[in-house]
Amino acid sequence: MGDNVDDDSLYTIKEGDYVVLKRGDVFKAVQIQTKKKVIFEKQWFFLDNAVGQLYSTTFELASGGILQPRKPKDPESSTDTKGAGTDNRNIQDDGKSQKLTRDDIETLKEQGLKGQEIIQQLIDNSSTFKDKTEYAQDKYIKKKKKKYENMVTILKPSCRILAMMYHGREPGKICHLRYDTLAQMLTLANIHANSKVLVFETCAGLVLGSVMERMGGFGSVIQMYPGGGPVRAGVESFGFPAHFHDTLHEFPICHLNALIAGTLDTTAKDPSADLKESDMTAEVKTEAEVKTEAEVKTEAEQKGSPEDQSMETNSGADGSLVPKKEEEEEKRREAKAQEKKVKQEEKRKKLAAAASLLEGRNADGLVIASRFNPCPVLMALLKFLSPSRPFVVYSQYKECLIECYTKLKEQGGTVNLKLTDYWLRHYQVLPNRTHPVLLMSGGGGYLLSGTTVAGGGSKPAASRRDEEPAPKRQKVTETEG
Amino acid sequence: MKETLFFSLKYAVFKQSNNGTVLTMSFVEYSDCIQDGDVAIVYLGHESMTPVKVKRGAQTQTRYGVIRHSTDLIGQRYGSKVTCSKGGWVYVLHPTPELWTVNLPHRTQILYTTDIATITMMLELKPGSVVCESGTGSGSLSHAILRTIAPTGHLHTVEFHQQRSEKVLEEFKEHRVDHMVTVRNQDACKDGFGVTGVADAVFLDIPSPWEAVRHAKAALKKHGGRVCSFSPCIEQVQKTCEAFSDQGFEDINSLEVLLRVHDVRTVYLPLPDFGPDPSAQIQPDSTITPPQNHASIAVKTTIPPRDVQGHTGYLTFATKPRT
Repeated sequence: MGDNVDDDSLYTIKEGDYVVLKRGDVFKAVQIQTKKKVIFEKQWFFLDNAVGQLYSTTFELASGGILQPRKPKDPESSTDTKGAGTDNRNIQDDGKSQKLTRDDIETLKEQGLKGQEIIQQLIDNSSTFKDKTEYAQDKYIKKKKKKYENMVTILKPSCRILAMMYHGREPGKICHLRYDTLAQMLTLANIHANSKVLVFETCAGLVLGSVMERMGGFGSVIQMYPGGGPVRAGVESFGFPAHFHDTLHEFPICHLNALIAGTLDTTAKDPSADLKESDMTAEVKTEAEVKTEAEVKTEAEQKGSPEDQSMETNSGADGSLVPKKEEEEEKRREAKAQEKKVKQEEKRKKLAAAASLLEGRNADGLVIASRFNPCPVLMALLKFLSPSRPFVVYSQYKECLIECYTKLKEQGGTVNLKLTDYWLRHYQVLPNRTHPVLLMSGGGGYLLSGTTVAGGGSKPAASRRDEEPAPKRQKVTETEG
Repeated sequence: MKETLFFSLKYAVFKQSNNGTVLTMSFVEYSDCIQDGDVAIVYLGHESMTPVKVKRGAQTQTRYGVIRHSTDLIGQRYGSKVTCSKGGWVYVLHPTPELWTVNLPHRTQILYTTDIATITMMLELKPGSVVCESGTGSGSLSHAILRTIAPTGHLHTVEFHQQRSEKVLEEFKEHRVDHMVTVRNQDACKDGFGVTGVADAVFLDIPSPWEAVRHAKAALKKHGGRVCSFSPCIEQVQKTCEAFSDQGFEDINSLEVLLRVHDVRTVYLPLPDFGPDPSAQIQPDSTITPPQNHASIAVKTTIPPRDVQGHTGYLTFATKPRT
C-alpha cells in the first residue's frame, strides 16, 4: 500500500521492456530499445523518451520522432463551437465546405501546430460546422481527433491487450481466435496457479502466453509442438519475469507415439553413440540450426584466407606456416563440436524433463488451438490428463469439432461435452445516442469443452444416458453452462 | 468443531509443503482422492449434476440408488464411476468454479460462466490480484475470482444482505478458500469496500452502480486499475458510464457477450421419391441401392437448443489512470 519508489518501479518503463503501443483501437507490441526507430500507424519515432516514464502514459509525437509526455488532462481546450443547428436538411455534402486544402494542412503541420490547434483551424474554416447539430459536431471533432492528434500511449502488456492486438492486426496468425473466445478457453479449462497444463497451439504463442499469465509462474506448462521447434514470439510480448520460463516445458509431437508406447529413450548416450543420437534428433533440428551450421562452415572457410595472408607476412617462409594453420582450424572444429554437444545435451535434458512430466499421465488441463485437424491431437493428448479434469479445443471450423465430439462419445471417458461459440457486441453509450456498435457475430471461432472421467470404452447401455436427451421441457437457466 | 480444527490444521500443513502435491480438495487447487469434508459434484447424466457434501457415514439419494459416502466416495479417485444401490452409476467430479456455478443453490440471480470468463480477462485478473466485489450474492463470480487470484491474491467482497453474507462465508469455509477472502456485510454505495488503495480490479453487480463508482476509485491502487460494472438495463449503463467519466476513468467500454450452444445430432433426412428414373442404368457392381420410398440420408450436424439465453446484462469496463 506504500507510495515508495520500489512500488513505482513495477510501473516504470525500462529499456528492454516489452510494451504495447496504443493509438485509438490500434495496438502494436514492441520492445523498448533506445535509438531504434519504431514505425506505428504510419509514423516513425524513437522510444528513448519513454524510458523512466510510467506505464499508461500518453505521449505526443513531436517532429523528429521524439515522444513528449502529454500533460495530464489539458482541459480539453473545448474546441470553440459557436452554437449549433437542429438538423441536416439544408446541409449539402458537396465536399466544398472545408476551405483548407490538403497542402494548407500540411503547411500547418510543418509549422509545428499541435493536433488540437489543427482541429480548431479545420472547424473555423468549415462553412457547415455551425449548422451541424451538437451531436454531429461531436462526431466531426472525434473524427478529426483520430486523424490529427498524434498521440501514442504505452501500455504494459496483458492477455487482454495482446489478444485484442493479434485479433485486430494479424488474425491469420492466431487462427482467427477472437479475444472473447480466448477468455472463455482460459476459464473453461480452469487455468490456475499450481496446476500442470498441456498446450498445443499454433497461435504464435498467444494462447501459451495467456495460459502462463493465468498460472502466475506457479505450476507447469508443457507446450506440445509440431515441427522443428516451439513458436513463442507471442510469449515474449507478455514480458514475463525470468522465473516464469522455469515453469515452461516443451515436447515435440513427433516423439509422441514413442512416449505413449513407452519406447522413448531420453537417457544420455555415450560419445560413440553420439552419431545415433544426432540421427534421432536430426528430424527435430530446426531450419535455423541447419542454417547456422552451414554458415559456420563457410565462415570458417572464409576465415582461412585472410589469416593465411597475415601468417605469410608475419612468419617467415619456413615450414611452420602449414601446421599452425591446421592447428587453428582443428581448434575451431573442436570448439564447434563441443558447442554442438552441449546444445544436444541441453536438448536431451529438456526432452527428458518434459517426458517425465507427461509420463505420469496426470496433467490437470488441456488446451488445443491450432491449424491442425484437432481430432487426432485431442485423442492423443487426452491420454495425459487425470480423470475429472477439463479440456478445451478451439477450431475455426465447426465440423472439426463435431468430429471430435462424435469420437469422444464413441470412446467414452468424457462428460459434459459442449460445442459453443460466442457473440460479442460493443455498445456506444452517449446521452441520447446509445446503441450497439458492431456485431461481431460468428467470427470468433468455436470451442469444444468437456471433463475427463475414469475409463474409456463405455458400455452401450450406460452410454445411452449421456446421449441427446429425449424431447422434454428444458428450463432456460439449464441451457447455460 | 474439533474436526474442523483438525482439517484446517491439516490443510495448513499441506499448504506449507512446496513440492506441489496437494492432498486436500479445494476450489482453487486440485486433489486426487475424495476425502471426508470435501464438496464433490456428482454427475448423473446429460445436463444433470448435483453437489454433495462428503461426510463419513452419510448417504445421498439419487435416481440410480443410494450412494454411501464411506464406501463409495471416501478414498475413491475423483473422476471415478460410482455404482449406486439400484445398480445405476454416476461419476464423481472434482469441484471447479464452473461446475459450482451450474450447481450452486441460488439465493440471487447469478452470473454464468460466459460473463465470468469475459470479466476475468478484461479485468486482467491473475495470481496475486487484489479484487473488490459487490454484491457477493450467491458467490458464483466470487469462486471464479478466487480460483484465478490464488494463491497470493485477495478478494474483498461486500454483500448488504446479512443472511446472504453469512451463507456465502460458510460456503467459502467449506470450500477451503476462506483464507483468501474477506466478506463485509455493508452497503458498498455508502461505505465502500472496506479498503482503499489496494485493489487491482473492482467489480460491481448492484442495482445502482453509479453510486459506488467513487468508492471503486478509492479502493483501486494509486497506480491505477480496472473496473467493471454489470447491469441488466441500458439506463443503468448510461448512468454508470457517466459516473465513470466524471470520476476520471478512461477507456470506458460497454459490451455484451452471448453464449451459443450447438447440440450435435445425427438427423435422418428422407429422400423424396420422384418415381422410377428411366434413364438410370444399374451397373452390375454398383453399391448404390435403387432409391426406395423409405430411404434417408444420415447427416451429422448441430442444432441450436430450443431456448437460448438472449440477455444477461451489459458489461462496462474502464481503466482508472494513475492518481
